Amino acid sequence: MRTPAPRCQTRSMPETSTPEPRTAPRTEPAASARALTKVYGADQAQVRALDGVDVDLQRGEFTAIMGPSGSGKSTLMHCLAALDTPTSGEVVVDGTALGGLKDKDLTTLRREKVGFVFQAFNLIPTLTARENILLPLDLAGRKPDQEWFDEVVDAVGLRPRLGHRPSEMSGGQQQRVACARALVSRPAIVFADEPTGNLDSTSSAEVLGFLRRSVDELAQTVVMVTHDPVAASYTDRILFLADGRIVDELREPDRESVLERMGRLQTPAVPPQAG
Amino acid sequence: MFRLTWRSLLARKARLAMSTLAIVLGIGFLGGVLTFSSGLSTTFTGIIEGSTSDALVRPAGTASFEAVGAGSTATVSPDEVAALEALPEVARADGSVDGLGLYVLDPDDKLVGTGGAPTLAFNYAASPNMAGEPILELDGGRWPEADDEVALDTAAADNAGYELGDRVTVIPPGIDGSGPITRELELVGLAGFNGGAGTAGSTLVIFSTDGAQAMFLGGADVFTSVTLTAADGVTQAELVEAAGAALPAGYEAVTGDEVAEESQSAVGEFLGFIDIFLGTFAVIAVIVGGFIIANTFSILVAQRVRELALLRALGASRVQVRRSVLLEAGLTALVGSTLGLVLGLGLARGLAVLFGSFGLEINGAVLTLTPATVAAAYVVGLGVTLLSAYLPARRASRVAPVAAMREDTATPEQGLGRRTAVGVVLLVLGAGAAGAGVVGAPGNDALWIGAGAVVWVLTAAAISPVLGRPVLLGARRVFSAVFGTTGRLAGDNALRNPRRTGATASALMIGLTLVSAVGVLAASMAASTDKLVDDQFEADFLVQSPVFGSFPVAIGDQMAQVDGVAVLARQQGVLATVGDDEEPTYIVASDDAFGDVYDLTVTEGAAQPGAGQAVVSADTATERDLEVGSTLELGFPGADPVEVEVAGIIDDTPVAGPVNVGFDVLEEAGVRRVDTTLSVNTEPGSSSERVQAVQDELDEIVADLPIVAVQDKEEFADSITAQINQLLYIVYGLLALSVVIAVIGIVNTLSLSVLERTREIGLLRAVGLSRPRLRRMVTLESVTISLMGAVLGLALGLVIGVLLQRSLREDLSELALPWTSLVVFLAVSVLFGVVASILPAIRASRMNVLEAIATE
Ligand SMILES: Nc1ncnc2c1ncn2[C@@H]1O[C@H](COP(=O)(O)OP(=O)(O)OP(=O)(O)O)[C@@H](O)[C@H]1O
Ligand SMILES: [Mg+2]
Repeated sequence: MRTPAPRCQTRSMPETSTPEPRTAPRTEPAASARALTKVYGADQAQVRALDGVDVDLQRGEFTAIMGPSGSGKSTLMHCLAALDTPTSGEVVVDGTALGGLKDKDLTTLRREKVGFVFQAFNLIPTLTARENILLPLDLAGRKPDQEWFDEVVDAVGLRPRLGHRPSEMSGGQQQRVACARALVSRPAIVFADEPTGNLDSTSSAEVLGFLRRSVDELAQTVVMVTHDPVAASYTDRILFLADGRIVDELREPDRESVLERMGRLQTPAVPPQAG
Repeated sequence: MFRLTWRSLLARKARLAMSTLAIVLGIGFLGGVLTFSSGLSTTFTGIIEGSTSDALVRPAGTASFEAVGAGSTATVSPDEVAALEALPEVARADGSVDGLGLYVLDPDDKLVGTGGAPTLAFNYAASPNMAGEPILELDGGRWPEADDEVALDTAAADNAGYELGDRVTVIPPGIDGSGPITRELELVGLAGFNGGAGTAGSTLVIFSTDGAQAMFLGGADVFTSVTLTAADGVTQAELVEAAGAALPAGYEAVTGDEVAEESQSAVGEFLGFIDIFLGTFAVIAVIVGGFIIANTFSILVAQRVRELALLRALGASRVQVRRSVLLEAGLTALVGSTLGLVLGLGLARGLAVLFGSFGLEINGAVLTLTPATVAAAYVVGLGVTLLSAYLPARRASRVAPVAAMREDTATPEQGLGRRTAVGVVLLVLGAGAAGAGVVGAPGNDALWIGAGAVVWVLTAAAISPVLGRPVLLGARRVFSAVFGTTGRLAGDNALRNPRRTGATASALMIGLTLVSAVGVLAASMAASTDKLVDDQFEADFLVQSPVFGSFPVAIGDQMAQVDGVAVLARQQGVLATVGDDEEPTYIVASDDAFGDVYDLTVTEGAAQPGAGQAVVSADTATERDLEVGSTLELGFPGADPVEVEVAGIIDDTPVAGPVNVGFDVLEEAGVRRVDTTLSVNTEPGSSSERVQAVQDELDEIVADLPIVAVQDKEEFADSITAQINQLLYIVYGLLALSVVIAVIGIVNTLSLSVLERTREIGLLRAVGLSRPRLRRMVTLESVTISLMGAVLGLALGLVIGVLLQRSLREDLSELALPWTSLVVFLAVSVLFGVVASILPAIRASRMNVLEAIATE
């Protein structure tokens, strides 16, 4: 049940272009990385989780990141989302270069410009759905934009559940609350790490459908890590990661083309999921 | 299983360190008290046995007076001493001169040894003790020879700052009431009791025999008692038996063992009081520690549900699981008790310093761990810990194997319904007991109330999750209004595990209940005293010794000469046995002027006793069935009983004694005249400047005499309030330790909670909670817990304190509530909450966001 969405591609080769100057906000990517490297450990035990990644994530686009387990998907996302600091390379989120920012500024940036959906444990158990959704705004001391809040809540279809606590909701509902929370502050970009990893196919479809709509109808920018070709087929563009590098890219995917491309990359069709 | 326990202990060492700390502090306090009290008793035993000779010849009937230091004027002549020495069973007989009422001043004219321990003045004699060793040892210099030479015990000389060769100022007892009030003597020797056990704070003033006789006996060549040393092979009993043949009139001979026993039992009462006093606080600390341990283990077990379930799934039996938790507790207790003993040694030294500052100095060398103390520490440490860990261990063993597969690791808390119901019943029972105390049920009222209070405190601790809920809700509301989301989240967190919060707050509650009950009693005591002083203080000035001693009559003589003094009434408190009593009572002798100052309410007969007469208080009259015209026998040491006729009965008042006589009775009994209280009135209608001028002149007379103070009404009330407060602060100080243990409990709970909520904290950080606000959130949660403990404790203590005052209303007529103090305690509790949160908050804010999110 996928609605074809208008795809606004303004550039043909985003991976190789240099960052756009800040004077062109319209065309500037929501987030981008240059020569991003992340090394864990030292000496023999060294792991290059990211090995020189260049990537631009365009506004209004729904991007999937795929790749075998351990290929660096989560690491890439964490670096882009200001949750982790890369070993080297540069990350720019909504025009702000992250290099050298203090924890306080990174916190503010996450609060204002980035939204998150994790695979599990997305909600604070003591707060109701409404309070969880509004948490980033509360923390920022900002008044919610009532119209936008209604729009988001209706889009996720959660209105009757707003007063419930996480323990009173299904996994799919919880993930949708998490999506709504990620969107409510109108972030420049939303990151979702295997948001449907713990869900059955119906719940997955609910969540993915909502993310798709948030891009199409609410003009949001979403990046999602997934192992599931069906989930990936909801997106506009898939980046394939292997051994910390971007090895391939697929636009306007469908299930078959994803499977075919994954096969070409000689990886198991459905790799075991890892948190 | 042991290996598993050991691993788990190591893996959780940080978490367990805190509950170990609770054991360490509790056992440390207990060990400290036990060590101190055994050291104290060792000190006294050493002094008593080291300073007692084979036998003593003393005024008959001294036994009951000796411990309280009442004097007698009976004497023994040198011939009588020689007669004793001539007996074949007697190896040597030494005449002693024991002086009373001597004070030593330091170079700044302050009293040496004000702390209540006596000043012992006597002549030097080389007589040996029961073990055949010399009683006294010289630390420096030589023994006094001339009349104006003196030796002091080394500690007293050190404290006062005297060195050999210095001139030492003393206030002699002032036998004839004339002559200079102070005398100067040359310090020629520094001495101590044999064995170096110290003097337990007593000041030893040693004279030559001539010097002592000049100082205390008006220069007459006589003695007050004789010490006997047995000849070879003669037992103490045989010695006493033989001495019977040569006893001076009015004297008795007693064995050294008997004397030592008498002294031991006199000291034992005092030591027993100290033991109970300190022991109470140690027990409270241990109980509070038990709460912390129970809580810690509950949390640890709750957090390990999955692991425990896995063990069960792999085939571990319930018993094995329970045993592994108890084993963990046991190992913790062993470590904690051991460290506690080490801490206890330090605390005992601290107590020794504290008591030293009150004049009860004991030698640090006697503060060693006795086998009994070590055993007690381990038994209590293991017992309390295992008992506290038992319930959590049982809960652990009930974890179903299937829990290993469950998603959420936290076990839901069971309902508190049954607990609350039982709790309410117990609260009512406690109220019943306390009520019985207030309305005066048979038995000790305060005991009834105490029993009710214990039931209340324990029940309140058990149902604190319910009782404290309003406090938690209130705190959440206030905090979310003031601090926004952070405050709201903190309030929610405190409400999340009501039992955990309740148990943590209860530990604090216990300490604060006591603090506030004691506060109410102290405030009521101060108010009652104020009222009493207001009602009864009829003189313009009261002249008394701040150390409750007596002072030479010369002081009163000089004061009577002051221009503007219209009336000066003298009183002398004396110990005497009344009627057939064994124990002596303080009776009061006064002059006729007493009636001019005080307006006593006479029930029957006269207000003032004439010669050979007594005026008794109404209570005494009822107790002893006395009426005007009855006769009463008063016994004084070393004198024949004196018969007095009851001339009047007066209402009980603190200014008069239970029995009041004239000075003629003291003279007849041979009691030396000194004063204990002077009441001074200025001429009626004197202007306040005039009154002030008189006070200045009176002050001038006693300026160099720290044994006497001139006080007007206000100063008198203040000095009593100051004494009450001093005691109050000591009690607060001792309770502080249990409060500190409770604070450690908060630290512990918070740390464990923070750890448990790692993912949640990571999430909050990810969606934009800054580090400072995260810290604030933890701090507010901590403050919420401490507020709950404080509010419950202060309220409970207030109720208990008021009930106690009601039951003691005869002595504590006024009820006063120390609101200011209560507010201060509340503020201090908030402060403790903040302090308790520092470490957990830092820990939470240091958490790496990514790792927190990745945490299983
Ligand atoms: N904190 C860490 N310390 C050491 N190595 C790490 C750490 N986090 C990740 N790695 C390593 O970095 C590499 C990339 O990990 P990452 O979590 O990004 O993989 P992923 O693509 O998200 O895998 P999955 O699909 O299983 O979630 C892996 O080899 C992993 O072992
Ligand atoms: Mg991953």
